[in-house]
Amino acid sequence: MEKTYYDPADLKKFGKIVEWSEDLGNSFFEYYGKVFQEGSLSAREKSLIALAVSHAVQCPYCIDAYTGDGLKRGITKEEMMEAVHVTAAIKGGAALVHGVQMMNKYNKLSM
Amino acid sequence: MLKSLQATDSPLSNTQKQLDILSNGIFKDGSLDTFAAKIKKTNQFPLRPKKIEILQINVGYMCNQVCAHCHVDAGPDRKEIMTVETMQQILDVLKTTEVTTLDLTGGAPEMNPNFRWFVEEASKIGVKDFIVRSNLTIIRANKKYYDLPEFFKKHNIHVVSSMPHWTKGKTDIQRGDGVFDKSIKALQELNAVGYGMPGSGLKLDLVYNPSGAFLPGDQLSLEKDFKKALKEDFDIQFHNLFAITNLPISRFLDYLIASDNYEDYMYSLVEAYNPAAVANVMCTNTVSVSWDGWLYDCDFNQMLDLKVASKSKHISSFNEAELKDRNIIISQHCYGCTAGAGSSCQGVVA
Repeated sequence: MEKTYYDPADLKKFGKIVEWSEDLGNSFFEYYGKVFQEGSLSAREKSLIALAVSHAVQCPYCIDAYTGDGLKRGITKEEMMEAVHVTAAIKGGAALVHGVQMMNKYNKLSM
Repeated sequence: MLKSLQATDSPLSNTQKQLDILSNGIFKDGSLDTFAAKIKKTNQFPLRPKKIEILQINVGYMCNQVCAHCHVDAGPDRKEIMTVETMQQILDVLKTTEVTTLDLTGGAPEMNPNFRWFVEEASKIGVKDFIVRSNLTIIRANKKYYDLPEFFKKHNIHVVSSMPHWTKGKTDIQRGDGVFDKSIKALQELNAVGYGMPGSGLKLDLVYNPSGAFLPGDQLSLEKDFKKALKEDFDIQFHNLFAITNLPISRFLDYLIASDNYEDYMYSLVEAYNPAAVANVMCTNTVSVSWDGWLYDCDFNQMLDLKVASKSKHISSFNEAELKDRNIIISQHCYGCTAGAGSSCQGVVA
């Protein structure tokens, strides 16, 4: 085994997943390609969403890919950082909103 | 302000050193195909010209800017300037060729003391598309250049100008502090005389180069974003945006090596190789002329001092038939023109 779980070079090998399951792999990449085409949302907007989600799922390959993709599209560092703050706000909010659950439980058990 | 590689005596100011870097390492150990090996696979080797439609003239390496990505290594410290004699030789050639486009570049071409004379004389001969690659800031650099928009208009010059982004931060980091503000002012002045306006015959196109170690995105999408932002923020209009890939030579190669991006960048160029772009690369319809009259397959080969493989090597002995019967000289930097939708001085090619 490699000494680290993540190797940046592995991102370039993503397409190889098709070799062990051709139909599912090809279906996935066809779907993936369609998702990122211009649609009701622009490809630029989708790139920023992908960057934000990449941080939410903490995927280093995805962060690598969508930072590069954003640069190619002319997305600024300010726009990218705002997208990451959206991730942080939602993830932070998701943790904090459970505080209500804690409060409910606390109150139920307390006199 | 930065200094040129030549002024700082950088090893990369030696073109052979650059060619060695491009031919060794990942291209020598088999990690990546050389460009020759790659185009052999699609039966496109040797690369041959189709016809000579564009004469691209580099009238000198002197420039008022020192851009971080410049493949010319241009700057105020460069003294190479085309003489009137060489210009006259070009005019003589123009009268006898099938060339339809004259494309003046530099440096800042306007800094050549004989620039205006040359434009006037070439205009008299009549060229279908007469391009001047203006860096924009030159128009605001000194009072003697303030009338350039009117001068361009008088001679129906097609103005092509660099603009790496519609924001100040990303522009100035590539082209130098203050470049964005001056460029905006210059574009507004060009618009004021009619350049870039819808339906105007005065053509104003912008060139986008990525400000870093990445490839340009889709040209049409970028054009849309540039048009929206420049119109909304500065009431500026232009016709087309050309997205041009930075080639790994000269100052951009220096940047790639210093920032430890060289290998990754070459991998991305090779991965994005598009055989369809090979058929239309600009060296198939262009001849590049250096400030001292030597002939090259393109401006990039000029900067690597790779003269045309033809008996006709100098403007003084320009022979169209001989030049059309040559093999184009290639190296690994050529991957820059065949990546994705391809890249040329006129934007995408595939």
